[in-house]
Amino acid sequence: MNWFYYASPATFYGLAGRLAPYFFLLAAVLTGWGLYLGMLVAPTDAQQGEVYRVIYIHVPAAWMSMFLYFIMACYGALTLIFNTRLSGMMARAIAPTGAMFTFIALWTGAFWGKPTWGAYWVWDARLTSELVLLFLYFGFIALANAFEDPRRGDRAAALLAVIGVVNLPIIYFSVKWWNTLHQGASVSFKGTSMHVTMFTAMLVMSAAAWMYAIAVTLVRVRSIILERERRAQWVREAVKA
Amino acid sequence: MNLWWKSAADFWAMGGAGYFVWMSYGALLLAVVIELIGLALRRRRALAAIEEERELEAEN
Repeated sequence: MNWFYYASPATFYGLAGRLAPYFFLLAAVLTGWGLYLGMLVAPTDAQQGEVYRVIYIHVPAAWMSMFLYFIMACYGALTLIFNTRLSGMMARAIAPTGAMFTFIALWTGAFWGKPTWGAYWVWDARLTSELVLLFLYFGFIALANAFEDPRRGDRAAALLAVIGVVNLPIIYFSVKWWNTLHQGASVSFKGTSMHVTMFTAMLVMSAAAWMYAIAVTLVRVRSIILERERRAQWVREAVKA
Repeated sequence: MNLWWKSAADFWAMGGAGYFVWMSYGALLLAVVIELIGLALRRRRALAAIEEERELEAEN
């Protein structure tokens, strides 16, 4: 398979259109399964009670907020190094979904924090660095759209994305580096301290979040390609068909 | 696999934490709906712009 073949917006447009429905379907099936396990089957947490069920969206959202930023920065690096058109479009397509997951991680964290810590918000290292991530996403989106020439916007935003990667290890290790209210990781490569049903539900919901993010990104990048390439003959033919 | 809840009322109440749990899930649902509507509108705008240019070219 020649991967460079799909580096062209014209060929990737069709591929993205064919793949997106499958990812939406997978996201729906996994969400249904994950919610069934997490909300209906999993037992009550001995320490936190029922409010712990927020983790089935909080943890996947927090993971996705970081994963998506990293992937966005990788596309940004490709834009800066190789000046490829599709990489800039992909980075733009990822940013809104990354921002959405970051917001959800903060929001659900607040609604988990109030009954658990007694406060919706504290200036804790984990929370603050996650908030910085949200501002990085906003900055990326604003910068990408601040130029009349979209490719200049791609490059400027790519630079911000690459520099912002420094925030990811800060988010991840904040609970170790600083004395924080936020609990440490319950899941690591060594295993987990969670009940097997809770753990399975969380992994299934994380897989669902991945599938959703991929599906939405593919749909969004198709619109970006149409906006950018609207004068190209292949777009006229693709839209007519 | 057995269901954890004894009744639907227990499920919705979430042991007294219903407000916090459902505000979280509700926000996610709202965010997803807004994102999907935004995607559909963006695609519609992109297609409309192409159609508009095609019509302008035809006129000229």
